[in-house]
Amino acid sequence: MTVIDATAAWLTDPANWTGPNGIPVRLAEHLGVSLVSLLIALAIALPAGLYVGHTRRGSGIAVGIANVGRAVPSIALIGLVLPITQAFDPARGFSLYPSVLAMVALAVPPILVNAFAGIRGVDAEVVGAARGMGLTELQILRRIEVPLALPVVLGGIRSAAVQVIATTTLGAIFALGGLGRYVVDGLAQNDDGMLFGGVVLVATLAMTAEGLLAGLQRLAARATTGSGRRPRSRASLARPIAAP
Amino acid sequence: MIDWGWLADHVPALLYRTGQHLYLAAIAVAVGLAISLALGVLAARHRRLVPPFTFVADLVYTIPSIALFAALVVVVGLSVLTAEVPLVLYTLVILFRNVVAGFDAVPPDVRDAADAMSYSGTARLVRVELPLAVPLIAAGVRVAAVSTIGLVTISALLGDAFGGLGFFIFEGARRGFATEIYAGAIPTILLALAADRLFVRVQAWLTPWERRAQAEVVPG
Repeated sequence: MTVIDATAAWLTDPANWTGPNGIPVRLAEHLGVSLVSLLIALAIALPAGLYVGHTRRGSGIAVGIANVGRAVPSIALIGLVLPITQAFDPARGFSLYPSVLAMVALAVPPILVNAFAGIRGVDAEVVGAARGMGLTELQILRRIEVPLALPVVLGGIRSAAVQVIATTTLGAIFALGGLGRYVVDGLAQNDDGMLFGGVVLVATLAMTAEGLLAGLQRLAARATTGSGRRPRSRASLARPIAAP
Repeated sequence: MIDWGWLADHVPALLYRTGQHLYLAAIAVAVGLAISLALGVLAARHRRLVPPFTFVADLVYTIPSIALFAALVVVVGLSVLTAEVPLVLYTLVILFRNVVAGFDAVPPDVRDAADAMSYSGTARLVRVELPLAVPLIAAGVRVAAVSTIGLVTISALLGDAFGGLGFFIFEGARRGFATEIYAGAIPTILLALAADRLFVRVQAWLTPWERRAQAEVVPG
């Protein structure tokens, strides 16, 4: 029971909720890095995925990028770019830049793959009919394909967001702030209260993000397709997931 | 930028860590597959077990790996189990999902035909359903193997006795020594990519009837 007591004591200690090492600051850092990474990944992967899905050009390249991106472990990627970014900026090059880069690389594959698979999955007859009615290609994409593919596209963004929020924790190994700090420091200082407090915070954040985004996805799906049912295809059951 | 002398001096250490990396990953995937198959067979017979199993596995999967590794130290102390328990738990999400999806993918006609040929429940499962589930199970093993190779590096958090090649990434970062970080990061990436390619081959070899490899990427 001592571990539970220590954790409860750490979590309820007002001193841990204020100051530069306080929980609100660490939470803000964590969410900040996650959000920036996710936005960069969206800016790259969403247009690319929609383009590939609509034109069906370059799908081989997209699949290749997604497969390699999924296979490369985040921590190895951080290690790979760290010496280079550190040479440019000794402070942020050690922690912030490598982490953001690794999180972008983590978020791109699910967004890219779902965007292009979603658009490609739109019934060809519907697209043909729209073209027959004289819609331009951009109009077809915006008014027909994106709304129909929205649940799948959002599914990719959701899975990217959850993975990034969970994995930003790794940055703590390389002196990044965020909630991972408590886990790494707690382990290094043999402080079980801080360690488990960090574990609780990190796990709660990841699960909350998963729950919130799942709810959002369901709402969006209901708004566009008239049913809140998550598509339960064989593919969605067998979805490969990147490393937590 | 690269200290070749250090690399030359550390060839035995690199080989040892590569071996440790593969060993930790292989045990996790093998144990994870065994558990997933057992749970999958159970779930194939009792469908209502699927949602709770999936829920628990998904819940575990959302816990970031460094949190789970660190938590295990306090719970079970430091042993090979501290590294293996989280690794196995993470493989279960992927493998259990795919085992269940594999059994689901067996066409009902085939099941009926097997029943009509008076296969018993177990014989039908082992001789008819399991072979037909192999493509999706193999796809799961591929993802699980690649993801586990990445996760093994993080077990370096537990101390010098763990982590496989991740040991060099952690120690290199601590000492600010680029060569050592590379010595861990590059082989880890190569191992993950090699495992990915290897299992694509295994999958193709196990399912010669699927000439065109089933879509290599599945939307999440």
